[in-house]
Parts: sequence; C-alpha cells; structure tokens
Amino acid sequence: MTTFNAPHLEYATLLPLLIVLGGAVVGVLVEAFVPRERRYVVQSALAGVVVLAAGVDTAVVTRNLGLFHDKPGKVVAEGAIAVDGPTLFIWGLVLALSFLGVLMFAERKLESGVLSFAGQAAALPGTEAERQASTRGLEHTEVFPLLLFAVSGMMLFPAANDLLTLFVALEVLSLPLYLLCGLARRRRLLSQEAAMKYFLLGAFSSAFFVYGIALVYGYAGSMGFAQIANAVAGRTDGHVLLLGGMGLMAVGLLFKVSAAPFHAWTPDVYQGAPTAVTGFMAAGTKVAAFGALLRLFYVAFGGARWDWEPLFWAIAILTMVVGSVLALAQTDMKRLLAYSSIAHAGFMLTGFLGARSLGVVKAGDISAVQAILFYLLTYGFMTMAAFAIVTVVRDAGGEATGMARWAGLGKESPLLAGVFAFLLLAMAGIPLTSGFTGKWAVFAAAVSAGAWPVVLVAVLLSAVTAFFYVRVIVVMFFSEPVGEGPSVAVPSVLTMLVIAVGTAVTLVLGVVPGPVLDRLGDVAQFIR
Amino acid sequence: MTLHALAAGPVVDPTSASGVFSLLWLVIALPAAGALVLLLGGKRTDRWGHWLGVGTVAVSFVISLVLFFSLLGRDESDRSIGQHLWTWFSAGDYKVGLDLLYDPLSALFLMLITGVGGLIHVYSVGYMEHDPRRRRFFGYLNLFVAAMLTLVLGGDYVVVFLGWEGVGLASYLLIGFWQYKDSAAFAAKKAFVVNRVGDIGMALGVGLLFATFGTTSFAGVSKLAPQASGATLTAIGFLLLLAACGKSAQFPLHTWLLDAMEGPTPVSALIHAATMVTAGVYLITRSNFIFELAPHARTGVAVIGCITLLLGAIIGCAKDDIKKTLAGSTMSQIGYMILASGLGVAGYAFAIFHLLTHGFFKANMFLGAGSVMHGMEDDVDMRHYGALRKAMPVTFLTFAMGYLAIIGFPGFSGFWSKDKIIETAFENNTIVGLCALIGAGITGFYMTRLMLMTWFTDKRWRENVHPHESPAVMTGPLVVLAALSVLGGLLLLGDWIVDWLSPVVGEHPEGHLAIPGIVLSLIVLVVVAVGIATAWFFVGRNEVPDVAPQRVSPVTRAARAELYGDAFYDAVLVRPGERGAGHMVTFDHSVVDGAAEGLGRSFNGLSGGLRLLQNGYVRSYALSLLGGAALVVAALLVVNI
Repeated sequence: MTTFNAPHLEYATLLPLLIVLGGAVVGVLVEAFVPRERRYVVQSALAGVVVLAAGVDTAVVTRNLGLFHDKPGKVVAEGAIAVDGPTLFIWGLVLALSFLGVLMFAERKLESGVLSFAGQAAALPGTEAERQASTRGLEHTEVFPLLLFAVSGMMLFPAANDLLTLFVALEVLSLPLYLLCGLARRRRLLSQEAAMKYFLLGAFSSAFFVYGIALVYGYAGSMGFAQIANAVAGRTDGHVLLLGGMGLMAVGLLFKVSAAPFHAWTPDVYQGAPTAVTGFMAAGTKVAAFGALLRLFYVAFGGARWDWEPLFWAIAILTMVVGSVLALAQTDMKRLLAYSSIAHAGFMLTGFLGARSLGVVKAGDISAVQAILFYLLTYGFMTMAAFAIVTVVRDAGGEATGMARWAGLGKESPLLAGVFAFLLLAMAGIPLTSGFTGKWAVFAAAVSAGAWPVVLVAVLLSAVTAFFYVRVIVVMFFSEPVGEGPSVAVPSVLTMLVIAVGTAVTLVLGVVPGPVLDRLGDVAQFIR
Repeated sequence: MTLHALAAGPVVDPTSASGVFSLLWLVIALPAAGALVLLLGGKRTDRWGHWLGVGTVAVSFVISLVLFFSLLGRDESDRSIGQHLWTWFSAGDYKVGLDLLYDPLSALFLMLITGVGGLIHVYSVGYMEHDPRRRRFFGYLNLFVAAMLTLVLGGDYVVVFLGWEGVGLASYLLIGFWQYKDSAAFAAKKAFVVNRVGDIGMALGVGLLFATFGTTSFAGVSKLAPQASGATLTAIGFLLLLAACGKSAQFPLHTWLLDAMEGPTPVSALIHAATMVTAGVYLITRSNFIFELAPHARTGVAVIGCITLLLGAIIGCAKDDIKKTLAGSTMSQIGYMILASGLGVAGYAFAIFHLLTHGFFKANMFLGAGSVMHGMEDDVDMRHYGALRKAMPVTFLTFAMGYLAIIGFPGFSGFWSKDKIIETAFENNTIVGLCALIGAGITGFYMTRLMLMTWFTDKRWRENVHPHESPAVMTGPLVVLAALSVLGGLLLLGDWIVDWLSPVVGEHPEGHLAIPGIVLSLIVLVVVAVGIATAWFFVGRNEVPDVAPQRVSPVTRAARAELYGDAFYDAVLVRPGERGAGHMVTFDHSVVDGAAEGLGRSFNGLSGGLRLLQNGYVRSYALSLLGGAALVVAALLVVNI
C-alpha cells in the first residue's frame, strides 16, 4: 500500500496568494447567501479589502524574506512555487492594478446606478428576458469573485517553478477572463463574440502549451525548472525534444502577452470586452505573462539562450511592426489601445533580449529583468488610466469609442483631454513621462547585450507609434466636433481615483524614476 | 601698447559669513520675494503693490549700508566674505554652490544698485501712476534689481551667469513693457537677441573655465589661474569681453541700447545707471585675475573701450531725441569704464569710480529727462522743447548738476573720475589717451547741445502742451541724485576708493606721466571748453530749426544713422538670415515633410494591407496561430540543427 505524504506548505510565505484565493471562494459563498440588494456592497468591499490585505501581506513577506538585504528569496511548496524578488514585485504590481480594477468594476454611476456588466448573462440579447433584467436592475456581482480568481492566477503564473503549476496558473488566470469578456451590458453580441473568440483561441494555444510541456518533460525527465535547467546545462540527448518543447511553450506564453503572430485575438477581444475588464486584462495579464515568460526562459531554459534568442529577435521585431503599423489604420479607440498594447509587448520583448550571464553584468548596469519589470510597472498604470478614461467619454449608445466621436474633446473637457493626451505621450515614450524611462530601460538592457539591431528597429517604430498617438491628440484638440460632439460623463470617485492614480504614477516615474529603478535593481534576481 | 609686467591678480579667499554678514542673502531675497508676490499675487496686490516694490529695495539698501559699514570696520585683509546658501548642483567632482561673495567691490555695487535703484523705484511711483499695469511694472523692476544683485554677489561664475540671464530677461520684459507698441516689442526683442550673442561668450567662457580649471568658483579660478597656459587665458579673456560687450552695449554689440529707449524712462535710468550696462565692467573687473595674466585680452578690452567711447559720443551729437542722446552718452561713458578696466591694475579702481559717479549723474539726467517728458506729453524730440528752465525749475537745477558732472566741470564728481581715467590712459599709451581726451571734448559738445535745446533757446512747444513741474515723489529722487552727482568725487578723497578696492583688484602701481597731472587736467578742461563753445556756436547762437535739416554733412548723416551699425547688421546678418530661413522653410515643406509624409503614406498603405488579415473570423485567427506555431518550431529546429 502506498502511503500518502502530505506536502509541506510554507503558509506564511504563500499567504498573499491564499488570501486572494480565499477571498474568491468567500465571494462565491456571498452570492449564495447574501440577499441580492446587499450583494453589490458586500462583494465590492470584500474584493477591495482582499486585494488590499494581500498587498499589505506581500510587503510583509518581502520584509520577512529579507529581499532588500541581499537574500534571494525562497522556493516553497515542495519546489512548485518560487517566491523571490521578481515574484514579489509582480505580486505587488498585480495587486495594485487589481485594486484599480476593482474600482473600475464597482463603478455604477456611469450606467445610472448599475454595474457596467450584463444584468443577466443568460438572457439572450434582444429578448424580453433581457429587457426585464434591465428594468429590474439586475446585476451580476459574480464579477468580483471572478476577478479575484483571475488575480490568483496572475499571482501564481509568474511564481510557478514547475511546468504543471505553470499550466494550472495559466488556466486559473484565463478562465475567469473568458467569462468576464462576455459580460458587457451594452453591445452584448460583440462582447459575447469576443469571449467566444478568446476562449477558442486561448484553448487552442493552451493545447500547444501543454504539448510543449510534454516534450520538455520528455527531454528533462522532470517538471521542475531547476531540474530542467540542469538537464539543459548537461546537454543530454534529445535536443530536438527540447527545441520543440521550448517553441510550443513559447507559443502559449506569447499568445498571452499578445505578441505577433499570436496577437490576432487582441484587438477583437479588447474591443468587445467591457472596458473595465479590458483595462484590467490588458494590464494584469501582460504583467503576469511576462513574469512567467521571464522565469521560464531565464531560469529553466537559460542554458539554451543561444538557441531561443534568434527566435525572440524575430518575434520582437515582428510584434513591434505589427502593433505600430496596424495601429495607424484604427478608427476605434479600444482597438487602437489594443494595437498599442501589442506594440508595447514588442518593446518589452526587446528588453527580453537583454539577457546576459551574471558575470558580464557590471554594477549599475540595467539588467533585463529589472528593465522589463520597470516597463511593466509603467505600462500597467498608464493602460489602466487610459481605459478608465475611455469609459467616461460617452454618447447615447454608451461609450463613444469611435475616434471621430472624440473630436473636440479638448474643448468639452480640457482636463480630461489633457490627461489623456499626457497618457498617450507616455505611451509614445516622451521624456518626463514614465513611458520614456521604461523604453530607455529596456533599450539600454538590450543594447548592452548586443541586440542593437532590434533596438534600432524599436527606436524607428517608436516614431511610428508616436504618429498615431499624436493623431489622437490632434483629433481631441484641433478637430471640430461632429454633430453634438462627445460628452464626458461624470463618473463616481472610483473611476476618478483610477485615472488620478494611473496618471500620477506615470508622471512620478517619469520625473524621478531613480529610486524605483534602483530598488528594482536590488530585487530583480530569480532564485534558481 | 606698453603694458606692465605680468603679475597674478589677488586670490579670492573669502572667510565664511558670520554675525551681521549672515544677512547677506536677504539683500537678494527681498526684491526677489517682492517680484514673486507682485507677479503671482495678481490684481489683489494692485493697490499697494508699488509700495511693496519700493519697500523691498529700500530695506535691501539699508542692509547694504549696514553691511558696508561693518565691512569698513574690518581689517583690510579680512574684507572678503563668502556665504554658502546651498549646493546648487553637483556632478562628480564638480560642484556649484549657490555661493555669495561679499567684498569691497560687491559692497560698492550693492549700494549703487539698491540705492540708485531704490530712488528710481520711488520716482516710478509717480511716473507710472496712470499706467494700469503699474503693479506688474514694479514686479519686473524688483526682478531686475534681484537679478543684478545676484550677478554682483555670485561667488561662482555659474551663479553670476544666473544673474546675468536674469538681467537679460528683466530688461526684455521692461523694454517691451508697452508691448502694444510695435516699436517697443521690436526693441525688446532686439535687446534680447543682441544680448544673447554676448551671453554665448559668457557661456563659452564659463565652459572653458570649467574645462581648464575644473571649477568655476572665483576662489578656485583665482587660485589656479597662474597655472593655465597664456593662450587659454587669452581665449577666456576674449570670451568674457564678448559677454561684457553684450550687456554693456560696447562695440560691436552696441546696437540695442538706443532702441531700448522704448521702455518707460525709469527703466532707461535703471538700465543705464544702476544695472545691466554696468555688468560688463563688473565682470571684467571681477575677473582681474584672468585679465592680469592675459595681456592680449586686456589690449582688446582697451581697444573696444576706445572705439565705443568715441562711437557713442558721435552718435550722441546727432540725435534729437533727448533719451537717445543720453543713451549715446551712456555708451560713451561705459566705453571710458571699459577702457579703464582694460588698463589693468592701474585702471580697475578708476573704472569702478567712474561707474559710481556715472551711476549718480546719469540716473539723475535720465530721471530728469523723464520729468521733462512727463510735462511735455511724452514728447521726446528736443526740437519741440526750449526754454523749459522756468517751467520746471527743480528739474532744471538738478539736471544742470548732472550736466556739470558729466562734462567734468571742476569739483563735480565726473571731473574727478573722468580725469583719472584720461590720466591713466596717457600713462599707458598716448593714442589711447588722445581718444579719451577727444571723447571728453565731444561729450562737452553734445551735452551742451542737449542743455541748450532743452532748457534755453526759444520755446518751440507744440500746441496744447503745458509744461509743469513734476510731483514731489519724482523730484525728490532728482534732488538726492543731484547732490550725489556733485559730491560723488569725495570717494577719491585721500585715494580712498583706490585703497578700498586694492584687496580685490591688486595694489595700485605708481603712475609716471610725462607732464604734471595738473597740466593734463588743464588740457582736458580746455578741450571740453572747446566742445562747449562749438555747441554754443552751432546751437545756442542760432535759432533751432523745427525740423532736423536734411542738407547736412556726411558725418552728421552717419551719426544720425548711428554710424550704420544697424544697417550693417541688417545687410550682413538679418536679411541673409531671413533669406536662409525662407529657403529652410521651402526645404522643410518639400524635402522633410515630403519624406515624412511619404513615409507616413507608405506605412498607411502597409497598414491597410495588413488589416485585411484581421478579418474577424476565428478560424483564420486559429490558422494564423497554427502557422505561427509551426514557424516557431521550424525556425528553432532549422536554426539549431
């Protein structure tokens, strides 16, 4: 008879993750036991408190592990989860962005008193049932537990230290998002189509990912990153297995970060999903997926760097080209931001090429991990704020996402248009915004690793991206409004807080990036 | 030119400020705070703003006096005081502190700037009474004073540069104060642009100082200067000279000064007497430790001074505009100062002496001219004046004191200061001496012409003009300045000013003149008398034509056109510049825009093409995913096997 040994879990270290998961489960129970009219308050407060508590606990864990005192962190849960500098930074970042996400989810003022999610998702669009749900003011407060589940996935993804955990995290992160994408209150067909596409393509890419896992397991004989790294270093037989596995796993991850040619879902899903979900997903997913990508390729496949690096050169360039060139032709604000996010993925992949052996890195140099983590920080906040602004520019049919409808916004609401212009300039990487510092960091990391041709392309394409960002500014400030022009709905303090925080972070990290960048330099080391 | 042997200038070695000297920063901070309140306070400060402006400068003056007497009480070797406010910026070993340096030289400047500047503030209360933007005017005046004080108190070339640029900004704002007049806006722009040329000299000079010495503080540079090569020091000297030419309106950067008369008259007085144009003289005197080791640069300084003193005097002879005549005169007098400072240790003290006396009598005369304009409905044409002495007795009497001072009437302040410069010039070089002597004669001519056309001769007033004496708030400062114009010579009593400045500029050498000093003084007096007589012969004796005669000698015509300085720059720089700019615009439109727009169009085309792939069908997305995956794996395998 086999005996079952209970795994040893370091609960203290894993607590932030457990808080979020626990909160999500409690949220499900709330749906079952709390009366309908009180659910909104309970659910939104619960989600907010859970995310904040997890954030605080992340700080506590960081201190207890002594990361600022040259401690590398710790591998926990029988080697399945690595809690080190990058993990904790991403936890903090994801939780901060999730808090903004909770705020945006909880916004009710813009839809005159109800959430901007479908009243009754099961009711078919255009039916009597839907009308009734709307007149009765039904709401799906399940979005809050769904968000928490997605957050737990986002936290586990970059921390996963073996292939199975990685895959589980990927699915935990993705499934709630598929659901959330289909829950828009308005333009429901578009929203449901987006959810369907995202689900199908996500499932498809997961299949590649799992097959990749199988091949890598076949090569290394183990799921653990450390063992895989040993196998790669040892150059055992079956190199083809490794290459195939790496390639297929890369496909799954690149799909999540929406790198070309796996980006096709991005514009459709970003456009169709409720804008609050789009903002949360654009920021959070990219942060988590880049964390996972970095750990997998730097830690497990780090020894095979020379094998995978040429591939990523090509992917980075292609992604930047696709993102920036296709953005030129967009007329919808959400699609534009989607392509912009693809271009950003390309810029981050440029930084990804800055991997260097430890001995080569000089003191004071910007390492690739440090640069990408910083870029994620800047990107996450500016993206959240930008999507938050999209939710408040409205006309009779809800959000006015057509760019033509934004003409004359500078006159209608100079402050909002000014803030949006500032965020766009940040995305374009104009100095004194965090976007500039972020780009500078990834480019510097890539150049010092010898990837200057990619950086050259990146700099040129930055100019192209600046073109379409500036075009939006021109439309807002220098075009005559069409018809009645846009109107800016006054949101509740929740959305305003998202815009304010996102903008403030973008400004502060642009003006004084030094402290954060330096601190990141201290913690941007993967534990091996 | 014969020059005495090279010797390093005194080393600046300030002791740290303590006791009453720790108030030093207040001298700058008060007017700066005044400017801040007035410019940011908006309409709320309209009612009392001008008194705040006067008050801040007045208190600065009181502090300056207290500091001066405290300095007087100190031992001669201990009269250099530094105050470190904070570190402005640092990079590596290079550090610029916001350091102030208070020594005998800056002490004199402090009193001149705050004293004469304060009087001009008081006067402006009356002069600008009816201007709706008076509060703003006082804000700018305070800014001007604060910037100038920073310039003379800075203990580091970079801090001086801060004040230097501040002065440029404030002068731009004030010259163009009546910006609704095209001419004023243009004059302000011209002053700014021409000054910029000088500023480039300053910036490059400071840069070269840093490159050579690794420091830009006076203490550091004066200590290290003897180690630098002669060529470097000469280059620094010429760059600083260029800077001085810009601010002090010296040839060839003098063209802005006459146009700058477009500003309100108190501004002219401030620019000409207490601030701005004296900055160049200050810079050269302060940098004596450079110039003492760079004889060629010093020769350049003296030559520029000579040229300008004659140029300004000649221009002054032909102008009918009372302010422009005075402006020409300023150029000429500053030329004397620059000349004196170009003579080295022998001249520095006299340059500063003349700067002080000139500050008194020129402020006096400018404010007097403003008083005249006040009574003449802002008419500046002297051909419309005449016989004003009875209508404005106070202004006349005070102006006369200024007149006697500037022509060098024995006993008046200008007599002592100019005489010393001419004497020193002859000690050095006969040609330079002769230039200075001739300049004195021409000064006698144009000033007498101005006096006669304004105060004497017949009434040529326009209709509906009723000259009247100005209010007490305007004549009060005139009386004070007139008294100073008369008594300023006392500073030379027992060679006081020479001894006072010697810790800064070095021990004054014994002069050796071919003829006794008294004889030279007599010669100067004779030359001036000839100038006065000539003026009487041409102007006082005859009736003054109502319109300037057109059939005049080429010399007069040239002088009226300001010796073609503007015409020259117009032909050589402005018009080719405009043409070049036009070509650049064409180039920009056709080539640069063409390339950019063409690139944009081609990207747009590419974008349109790629967009077709994004057709919205999930099956084609899945296919692209599959294709991509196949490519990725294939690429990995192909590259590595």
